[in-house]
Amino acid sequence: MNASLLSLENVTKRFGAGAQQVLAVDRVSLELMAGECLAIVGESGSGKSTIANMVLGIYPPSEGIIRFHGEELPARRQLRHRQLIQLVQQNPLSALNPRRSIGASMRLALDVHRIGPASSRRARVSELLEEVGLPADFADRMPASLSGGQRQRVAIARALACQSRVLVLDEPTSALDVLVQARVLRLLGELRPKRDLSYIFITHDLSVVRNIADRVAVFEKGRLVELADTATIFDHPGHPYTRSLISAVPVITDDELSLRGRLAREPEHEH
Amino acid sequence: MTPSSLKAPTLAIADLTLGFRSWRGYAQVLHGISLDIKPGERVALVGESGSGKSVTARIVLGLLQQLKTARISGRVEFEGHDLEAIHPAERHRLRGTAMSMIFQDPTSSLNPVFTIGVQFHEVLKRADANLTYEAAADRAAAILAEVSIPDADRVLSAYPFQLSGGMNQRVMIAMALANEPKLLIADEPGTALDVTVQAQTLHLMRQLVEDHGTAVLFISHNLGVVREFADRVYVIYKGRIVETGPTEAIFADPRHPYTRVLMEAVPRITGGGIPEIEEDAAGFGDPLVVHEEAVR
Repeated sequence: MNASLLSLENVTKRFGAGAQQVLAVDRVSLELMAGECLAIVGESGSGKSTIANMVLGIYPPSEGIIRFHGEELPARRQLRHRQLIQLVQQNPLSALNPRRSIGASMRLALDVHRIGPASSRRARVSELLEEVGLPADFADRMPASLSGGQRQRVAIARALACQSRVLVLDEPTSALDVLVQARVLRLLGELRPKRDLSYIFITHDLSVVRNIADRVAVFEKGRLVELADTATIFDHPGHPYTRSLISAVPVITDDELSLRGRLAREPEHEH
Repeated sequence: MTPSSLKAPTLAIADLTLGFRSWRGYAQVLHGISLDIKPGERVALVGESGSGKSVTARIVLGLLQQLKTARISGRVEFEGHDLEAIHPAERHRLRGTAMSMIFQDPTSSLNPVFTIGVQFHEVLKRADANLTYEAAADRAAAILAEVSIPDADRVLSAYPFQLSGGMNQRVMIAMALANEPKLLIADEPGTALDVTVQAQTLHLMRQLVEDHGTAVLFISHNLGVVREFADRVYVIYKGRIVETGPTEAIFADPRHPYTRVLMEAVPRITGGGIPEIEEDAAGFGDPLVVHEEAVR
C-alpha cells in the first residue's frame, strides 16, 4: 500500500452557469493508494457524490486532472477505463434491472467487457455468486425475490465480474439493517486483499468508517477540510467540522461516550 | 378526571396480534405484543426492518384497522380507554390532538402545494375548529420559537421544498406538539437527515417532550439514537418482544441472545473492527427477558 493508483489533481466541478452556478467541488487534490480503503465523508451537499461521479467518468471535472496509474483519464472514457473502476450503489434494487434475472445482469457485465470465452461465462457467474456468499442457483432468481443484503451482494459480485481495480462504494450499507450491514462490511473487508482491490468508500456514517477505512477524507461544502489516517481522525481530529461530525454519531457504549466527551474538551490539533 | 384515569398509563397494549390475509395465504406479523407507556415517559421500540415496529404504531393510531386484509386481536388502551370500544368518529378526533405522529422523512410528509402556515392552521383547527388563520399563525410562531425557528413569518409563508430537511423536521416536531398531545409517536425521526442535523433535532425533541410532559413511543432501528433518547426500551424481533427494561440496564447488560447480537453488530467509533455475525439465529426465539425497573 504505497503506490498511488488513482489521483485527483486540483479537481473542480461547477454546475450551471451565471448567477445559478454551483461550485460542487472546489480544487480538490487526493490520492488513492493501491490496496487502500479511502473513506470520503461529509454531509449532503459536501460534494462526495460529485467526486465519485467524476472518478467513475459519469461527467468530467470542470478543471483539474484525474489519473489512473499515472495515465490521465479522458473526459470520455473508453471501455477499458470503465472496466477498471466500478460502482456499488446505496440502493441495490434500483441498481439491478427488475426485469432481468440475477444471472443475466451479471452476465451482461461479462459480455460488455468481453471477459473470458463466452462458453465459460455461465460458470463464471456461479463462481462469482459463491464468492460473495450466495448459492449459485440465485442466477435464475429475479431481484425482487432477494432481500436487501442479498441484492447488495449481487451488486458487489457484478462489480467483481469486471475484474476492476477500484470499487467506488457509495453508501453501500446505509439502506441495510445492522446485522446485514455487518455481514456485507465483512465481505467487503475480505474481498479487498483477496481481489487486490482499492476502495473509495463514500459515507456519512463515521462509526462504519472507523472500522473499515485506512484513511479518511472529510469534505465540507465541496472542499477537502481534513485528510489523515483513520486513527488520527478519530483520536485527534484537527478540523472543527470533523469534530462536530464525530460528536454527532449516536453511540451505544460508555467508551464511545467518553471519546466524544474528550473530543468536546480537547483543543484542536493540526496535521 | 377520575382517579383511575390519573393512574392509567398513557398507552397500554396487551397481547396484540396482527396478520395479513392475501391470495398467498395468511402471514402473521405480530405474535402477541404487550407494552405500556406511562405519562411523560419516552419508550423506544427497537428492531430491524420487518420486525413489526411500524405496524404497531399504525395500529395505535387506528390506521391499519381500516385495511380489509388485516386481522387484529388484542387490546390497545389510550389513557385507560379501550380504543376498539370508542366510536370511530371519536377515534378520528384523537388523531392530531391527543396523539400525534412524526414520520421518517419530513419533506415528504408535508404537503408540497400548501405553505407551512396553511398546514399549521389545519393542524391547530383539529383542536379548535373556529380558529382563524391569523390566530393560528400567532400560535404557530410561538411553537416554532420553541423549536429554535426565530423567523416564523418567513417559514410560515414558505413551501416545504423551500426549506431544508432539518428545518422541515423542526416544523414537523412543532406541528406534532402544537395541540399538546398526550402521546407522540415518532417513527424513525431524522433517519433521512444528516448526522449533525439529526443530533440537533433529537436533542430538541427530547427537550420539548420533557417540557410538555408528552409520552413518546419512539420507533427506531438505530440503537445509538435509542440510547440517547429513551427512558425504557422494548426490543422486538419478528413480531415478538424479546427484551425490555430501562435503557441503562439493557445497554449495560443485554441478556437476550438477539439483543446481544444486535448490539455486537453496531460498529463502534472507538474501533475494534466489524464483528462476525453468524447466519443462524440460535436463541433468537428465547423467551422474553425483563429487566427490573430501578428503584427511584
